[in-house]
Amino acid sequence: MTGIKGAVHRDLAHDSAVKHVTGRADYTDDIPEPAGTLHGYLGLAQVAHGRLRGLDLSEVAAAPGVVGVLGAGDIPGLNDISPAGTGDEPVFPETVVEFHGQPIFAVIAESRDAARRAATLARVEVEPLPAAVSIEQALAAGYPDVTPPLKLERGDVAPAMAAAPRRIAGRMAVGGQDHMYLEGQIAFAIPGEDDEVTVHASTQHPTEVQQMVAQVLGVPASAVVVNVRRMGGGFGGKETQMNLFCVVAAMAAKRWNRPVKIRPDRDQDMIATGKRHDVVVDYEVGFGDDGVIHAVDATVTARCGFSADLSGPVTDRALFHADNAYFYPAVRLRSRPIKTNTVSNTAFRGFGGPQGMVAAERMIEEIAYALGRDPLEIRRANFYREGRDLTPYHQRVEDNIVGRLVDELEASADYAARRAAVLDHNARGGVIRKGIALTPVKFGISFTATWYNQAGALIHVYKDGSIHLNHGGTEMGQGLNTKVAQVVADAFQVDIGRIRITKTTTEKVPNTSATAASSGSDLNGMAALDACEQIKARLVAFAAESRGVAPEDVRFAPNEVRIGGEAVPFDRLVHEAYMARVHLSAAGFYKTPKIHWDRAAGRGHPFYYFAYGAACSEVSVDTLTGEYRVDRVDILHDVGRSLNPALDLGQVEGGFIQGMGWLTTEELWWDDEGRLRTHAPSTYKIPLASDVPRVFNVALADWSENRERTIKRSKAVGESPFMLAISVLEAISMAVASVADYRECPRLDAPATPERVLMAVDRLRGV
Amino acid sequence: METCATDHRREIRFLLNDDEQRVAEVGAEDTLLDFLRLRRRLTGTKEGCAEGDCGACTVLVGRLAGGDLVYEPVNACIRLLASLDGCHVVTVEHLGAHGLHPVQRAMVAHHASQCGFCTPGIVMALAALWLETPAPDDAQIETALQGNLCRCTGYAPILRAAKSARDFGDPGDDPLVAGRAGVAARLAALRDGRRVEVARGDSRAILPADVDDFAALFAAEPQATVVAGATDVGLWVTKGLKRIGPAIFIGHLDGLRRVELAGGALEIGAGASYAEAAPALVAAFPHLGDYWNRIGGPQVRAMGTVGGNIANGSPIGDTPPALIALGAEVVLRRGDARRVLPLEAFFLDYGKQDRAPGEFVESLRVPLAAPGARHAAYKVSKRRDEDISAVAAGFAVTVEGGTITAARLAFGGMAGVPKRAARAEAALVGRPWAEATLIAAAGELPRDFTPLSDWRASAAYRMRVAQNLFRRFWLEQAEAGV
Repeated sequence: MTGIKGAVHRDLAHDSAVKHVTGRADYTDDIPEPAGTLHGYLGLAQVAHGRLRGLDLSEVAAAPGVVGVLGAGDIPGLNDISPAGTGDEPVFPETVVEFHGQPIFAVIAESRDAARRAATLARVEVEPLPAAVSIEQALAAGYPDVTPPLKLERGDVAPAMAAAPRRIAGRMAVGGQDHMYLEGQIAFAIPGEDDEVTVHASTQHPTEVQQMVAQVLGVPASAVVVNVRRMGGGFGGKETQMNLFCVVAAMAAKRWNRPVKIRPDRDQDMIATGKRHDVVVDYEVGFGDDGVIHAVDATVTARCGFSADLSGPVTDRALFHADNAYFYPAVRLRSRPIKTNTVSNTAFRGFGGPQGMVAAERMIEEIAYALGRDPLEIRRANFYREGRDLTPYHQRVEDNIVGRLVDELEASADYAARRAAVLDHNARGGVIRKGIALTPVKFGISFTATWYNQAGALIHVYKDGSIHLNHGGTEMGQGLNTKVAQVVADAFQVDIGRIRITKTTTEKVPNTSATAASSGSDLNGMAALDACEQIKARLVAFAAESRGVAPEDVRFAPNEVRIGGEAVPFDRLVHEAYMARVHLSAAGFYKTPKIHWDRAAGRGHPFYYFAYGAACSEVSVDTLTGEYRVDRVDILHDVGRSLNPALDLGQVEGGFIQGMGWLTTEELWWDDEGRLRTHAPSTYKIPLASDVPRVFNVALADWSENRERTIKRSKAVGESPFMLAISVLEAISMAVASVADYRECPRLDAPATPERVLMAVDRLRGV
Repeated sequence: METCATDHRREIRFLLNDDEQRVAEVGAEDTLLDFLRLRRRLTGTKEGCAEGDCGACTVLVGRLAGGDLVYEPVNACIRLLASLDGCHVVTVEHLGAHGLHPVQRAMVAHHASQCGFCTPGIVMALAALWLETPAPDDAQIETALQGNLCRCTGYAPILRAAKSARDFGDPGDDPLVAGRAGVAARLAALRDGRRVEVARGDSRAILPADVDDFAALFAAEPQATVVAGATDVGLWVTKGLKRIGPAIFIGHLDGLRRVELAGGALEIGAGASYAEAAPALVAAFPHLGDYWNRIGGPQVRAMGTVGGNIANGSPIGDTPPALIALGAEVVLRRGDARRVLPLEAFFLDYGKQDRAPGEFVESLRVPLAAPGARHAAYKVSKRRDEDISAVAAGFAVTVEGGTITAARLAFGGMAGVPKRAARAEAALVGRPWAEATLIAAAGELPRDFTPLSDWRASAAYRMRVAQNLFRRFWLEQAEAGV
């Protein structure tokens, strides 16, 4: 007996791989346009802050090919698309412009080209107001928080800090990041009967789009259908940011009763949609001469932009990860989600976690340089372990494997010998300096908004034995559909070719959560399994009854069902069941157990489990120019029992490189007027193939298994590898530190562009 | 000219995959990408940035160079449709039409696509590499992928796929290889030596018959936009929404693409692409090898021209500093009249060049190196590849008997134009060839330049790096043992 094709825990190509390489995978912009399709484009504000005194769109409306314009006054329902219901994010502002690039109107035309050209003809009268673009400016101007801050506290911080043999206080600035998904934002709305509208979009959160379209149109959610077959990348950038495009397309579609597509160009996409929050972390750490931390007191101030968007949960998660893998006996962590006159920052892979974790690693570095020790020793001395396992949010770390991961990686990467060689190399002086660092990752899995930890799936078994799979998750490249299909194949014990993966649609699975927080497979895999189990139970009952055997004697074997001594091909049994009027469709559901969170108290069990990893990076830095090269990276990452090792490896490699870009060359730069000047790949530099480490050894911890009863004991993998890249920043930092004989922590801010690296070198040299 | 207007062809002709295209309605601003996606519904080619920086729109363009058919990777987003007359456009749909191409099979086998949006472009870039180098090494693969962004995979599986493509098929079986003679014959048959004039609405595009026709045409219509590789002009269209008609396209003019040694100088036709100029240029000036490969990505190097890089007068163009240091001269032509300028004299001020209406850059002359010359070219940028320089520099220093007898130091990114560092040069000439001399010369740079701060670099960093390059120059020369 051979197994099925596409079993779980095996490598399997992405379900769309062949379509990807042949160009036959359809994205939203590739959907054939019905006759009469119109195209929309947004007009953006050209001041960072000001009172809107006049908006004259007459020339726009009169431009060739233009069908009409839409402004704040044309909104039939609610002029708000704030995802957290804070009421602070209008579709188009009515009185005040709050950032340079804020959409203030839309133009709808017969072609995209006509709409783009017409959009430049608006006459906008704005009375400028003082603007705060940076965190410093916002603090100086006394700007408010966009959402209530969080405090996590445990132990008596002040006395513990005062009693610590050593104390260091410092500040670190960590830059933001543009998602730079290759497929930009796009929405395509097709009007229906009565109040109905269908929206095809590249969104991670179809249900939220449905809700936003409904509230902006002033219709019930039941009138709105949102479809997503696949996205050309998301990374968090399409969790809430697609709302605007979808509601405008839907408004226009209903207004003119014609299909309407909106696709911003890359510049507008980058200017008008949110990014990863940049933060300033002020920290104080008290520790002993042995490097063990006694107390930590830190504040994470985040540039949130003009509205709350997801800044609350993002800054919360920054605090949840400001411990990384380390026990802080006494700790106080505070967030400052401050308002600024910039685009509203949003979700991005890691969701604030990376910013918190960078700060944790900076404190470790500070201690190591202060004591003249290898930072890895300081890390080890502070790892969570038995008796020292309570997080700042009072959840116990019960599944800790960071020690084993780090030990294994230290050996396989030959860390000790290579660090000695790096020290040797640097001791010889010279222009090229080297650095090496080994850093761990511990990442909490679950939405901290507890209600999001639910999912649905819908499975039909057709009477010919083919299976239609639908679930609430969205496919953005991570291979979610492939993994869930593997779960279904495994449940029914059928070859994966029987399973048809279909677009995500609000028509089939309602009230879905965003595909975010790494949760896609965990939640939707379980929901799909639940649906499978329901159908299987009916098939088992039917089989047992029809053959007169006990239900225990019915077993799903590869592509057949064993009923007593008889082997019935799967599709034959299905057909028999159909003829006997067995219900062959089921809606599955799942909610994550165990989790709870009391935000006001700063206490709870917000994470179902933790995912772990470790990375060791070695770099060479040119101390004449600040340029650098990543010579070698070794990674050992924990994905529990992998559902699909090939896909998981892809998440680890891809997440690492994306994280490396965030900490190295990806720099967002606003000018004095609050204009984002890095708004296209010509000016915003994500990693290229030639930036990949010269040697790149990536392995999954094949011994790991989730202690919790997750889907097939796997672990989430979407976000956790991103933070492995902190090892690159720290390796660069070591190379820089070598010019002053490691006496001082270089306090290199991120991103460590060649400029920042050279300036840090010069600072240490006292130039 | 109007007397022979009836001889003009009123349509462009090219091959798209297997099919011959005859398109009369072509405006100067029409891009190949929009033609493919909107007019032919070939949606496998994607728009990622519309500025030639992400590579998602990469297609292959075959053209006859001499008698040979060469295929090059091209950014369809900024490649203007009119420029394709006489070419063979190959899209991703064609590549896998007769069973998956080895590059496609390798990509699938190595899990090298995730979201898949960059993938068609990556496949086409690797197909271009495959045609030239079926069994590439790591460096060749990285160079081939300089113009393609992937945000999902971290490139690692793509690199593995590229390395193993040879295991998935034989280059001889590639229809683009096997069918080469047939395609070349079809392309040759499309050539009729006539001027082509097409239009869409009131936007005209003109393809002169030859260089003399171009010279006459431009003198008569000096307000026209001259389009060579469109790696700059294409962005005026896609990003600036600029109307460029009437536009004179010159990329097809063989007479402007010549690269040859003559009279002790390398003469580079203004229409020669970076890639075409590279072999002769790097043979004559080996220090330009690495530098040249950091200009854009392969798509930009296949499209963009040395002449265009100069003619458009960017303060941060990559070629001028290196070429000024080498003492290059620019040949300007208007009608039948020619004049020659030192390259540095061509750049008058930010956005202003010494070029009369109707006058165009015809070629560039780079004198071969004198004995005792020491050369270097440097580019410092945020990202190593496919980035615009924060600072670019060309150094040429002649040392005779231990004394510096001549020095030409040119910088980009330090002023509104590519410019020589006069005071630093003066501080070198007549002094001994020694590290201290170079450091002293670097100390003069703040008197030569007052750089600006922008998103690429601060003024302080630009100055600091420019000065440090003198030390780098010394260290390299010392290491080379000369």
